[in-house]
Amino acid sequence: MKRLSRLRRHRAAGPILLIFALFTIGTTFQVASAVNNDTTTTVASRSATVDEGKQLFLKGCSSCHGINAEGGQIAPSLIGVGAADVDFQVGTGRMPMADMSTQAMRKTPVYNPEQVNALATYVASLAPGPAVPTDSVLNYERDGSVAQGGQLFRTNCAMCHNFAAQGGALTQGKYAPTLMGVQPKHIYEAMITGPQSMPVFSDKTITPAEKLSIIKWIKSTEAEPQLAGSSLGRVGPVTEGLLVWTLGIGLLIGVAVWLAMKAR
Amino acid sequence: MTARERIAGNVAGYVDDRTGAAKWMKKNLTKVFPDHWSFLLGEICLYSFIILLLSGTFLTFWFDPSQREVIYDGGYQPLSGLKMSAAYASTLHISFEVRGGLLMRQIHHWAALIFMVGIVVHLLRVFFTGAFRKPREFNWIIGVGLLTLGIVEGFLGYSLPDDLLSGTGIRIAEAIIQAIPLVGSYIAFFAFGGTFPGESFIPRIYTVHVLLLPGIFLALITVHLMLVWYQKHTQFPGPGRTEKNVVGYPLMPVYMAKAGGFFFIVFGVTAFLGAVASINPIWLYGPYTPGQISAGSQPDWYMGWLDGLVRMSPPLETHAFGHTISWNILLPGLILPGLMFTGLALYPFIESWATGDKREHHLLDRPRNTPNRTAIGVMALTFTMVSLLNGGNDIIAQQFHLTINQMMWFSRIGVVVLPPIAFVITKRLCLSLQRADRDLVLHGRETGRLVRMPSGEFVEVHEPISAEKAWTLTSHEQIAPLELPLEDGAGVRNPGVLKNKLRNRISRATAVAVPKATETDRRELDGHH
Repeated sequence: MKRLSRLRRHRAAGPILLIFALFTIGTTFQVASAVNNDTTTTVASRSATVDEGKQLFLKGCSSCHGINAEGGQIAPSLIGVGAADVDFQVGTGRMPMADMSTQAMRKTPVYNPEQVNALATYVASLAPGPAVPTDSVLNYERDGSVAQGGQLFRTNCAMCHNFAAQGGALTQGKYAPTLMGVQPKHIYEAMITGPQSMPVFSDKTITPAEKLSIIKWIKSTEAEPQLAGSSLGRVGPVTEGLLVWTLGIGLLIGVAVWLAMKAR
Repeated sequence: MTARERIAGNVAGYVDDRTGAAKWMKKNLTKVFPDHWSFLLGEICLYSFIILLLSGTFLTFWFDPSQREVIYDGGYQPLSGLKMSAAYASTLHISFEVRGGLLMRQIHHWAALIFMVGIVVHLLRVFFTGAFRKPREFNWIIGVGLLTLGIVEGFLGYSLPDDLLSGTGIRIAEAIIQAIPLVGSYIAFFAFGGTFPGESFIPRIYTVHVLLLPGIFLALITVHLMLVWYQKHTQFPGPGRTEKNVVGYPLMPVYMAKAGGFFFIVFGVTAFLGAVASINPIWLYGPYTPGQISAGSQPDWYMGWLDGLVRMSPPLETHAFGHTISWNILLPGLILPGLMFTGLALYPFIESWATGDKREHHLLDRPRNTPNRTAIGVMALTFTMVSLLNGGNDIIAQQFHLTINQMMWFSRIGVVVLPPIAFVITKRLCLSLQRADRDLVLHGRETGRLVRMPSGEFVEVHEPISAEKAWTLTSHEQIAPLELPLEDGAGVRNPGVLKNKLRNRISRATAVAVPKATETDRRELDGHH
């Protein structure tokens, strides 16, 4: 007891305690903020993942985003973008970019899911940001409503992504991509991180339950059979006009020529 | 006389005693029509109009033209429980619950598109062959009227279901109405019975769509056909064909069979499209609310060029005396189309004024033999095509990885630069084709057979063309340019000197031609060989 009280009065005690406290708070915050829903991952394996992610980052991303993800001339800082952003950009193949044109496009991902997770964990370890939604959060089949999702989609999304989520053109060659074949996780992440030209739809603007409804509507539209014959791309009257000017009038003129032929 | 003939005779006699139809029928059933595939294009319009009347009547049995708000409880789950207008809900009902309803809706819409395509290709045939010339100017104007009303009628039909796309179209129409200076906002206010969207517009346009305009169509089509009947059909030049006769086949039985068969084929093609290709899937668009819009919202193709003009228009506005004049909408939305349709309607008069040709014409022109007219037509087509492309600029940009901005600037420049280029190219092509005709008449057909002469020279054997073909290629007349006097006999300037100068110049441009082969040319050539 005496020794403890003597140490307590040691002149290094204050600074040591401060460092200890900062370390504890920092670590707790990191653990809580990084992939906070993933309770199965231990602290030790997480730090291993962070290291792996850092190595991947240094090899694949740092030439543009900087050694410490601080950003550079041609790429933004990734400090604070969160795991969701990395998971979306890398998981859909947008990053690494194929070329530095107007907009990163969806393509076959360069990294496998474990590597994407490592990169996301590393970037999340730099500063807090939106986390990757877990499967239990993403249970849109259970928690979403198709009709409500359709209304929300038409109000918030259709102006760029088109009424049937087929995508649309924006200015200067930018575009809102089609949402057909996109994983629910990635749709959710796009809404909370606002990649490229897309605005962020925070949980105040569109609640998590509403986001699930939107996903449910997109998935239902994707799965909807072509009820009325060939859908012609679901892009509206342009393809209908094209068809009537080619196949429609083509057939009719062909018949007219046949009818006007003299019998031989 | 067999029993069957006796019965038929009795029936015919019974009808004739009461209507006196026999004489009229005898005269008219043997009426002769010339044979050419392009003369059937107008029939496409007539038949699709009949299909529109039939399928449209079917749709009215269930359509509820009301903007009253209802809660959807029909079979299409993704819209279940949403608030929507009765018009939209009943269109969903037709699509999903009425037996054959979706097919009928699609047949109706495809028939409308084919109707408009038919009008345009028919118009092009009439224009490029000069069938609008005296005495057919009135029928040309009726045709232009049908085209214009067709655009309006189609747009109203597109607006009726009150889905997101319909509402967007109505909103743009409202904006164009409002752009009319001074009275625009009042007209819009009266049309909508208050502010947009209100509850009156759809019931009102429904009456216009199913009653007023179809009535006008029926009347105009009847007059159009009666005039064709009375003035007789034009024919292409050929041996034995003159301005005074019509060479072809009688209505009964040849054209009864051909035209009757063609009706069923048009119906078949329309039904085929309705069965295999989706058109206006309103359930995907959702109910209209002014706060919503879809990317790539487009009108049907016949309005697409107007939309394209509005899309390319630069942001011009004038503010004066507390009023805003939106030239950016007024110019492409009303003034330009107004000028274009007026020019189209008046074209027969403009041409006859320019050429000084006031005679009747029943023989058609081959487009190459009237290079100026053909070039004007292609010029107008180029203008419309550039505008139409720009109407779909977002879809084209998306599909072909272009930018909307590139499309817009291409259209803004192209709509001014390309039509004159098209004019020059077409005119030269026509003259080249005339030259080819001349060569064909003078030298005959190239057989592809090379013969070596005793001197060692190689020549290709040419085969003379038939007399009938030579006649067809040379029977057209080449009008000399007008030479209207600029001074009277005493050397004093005419009062109308500027007008005459203009007419002389236009007429010179119109009369440019490769001299057609004459008998003298042929003899001279024979002398050489």
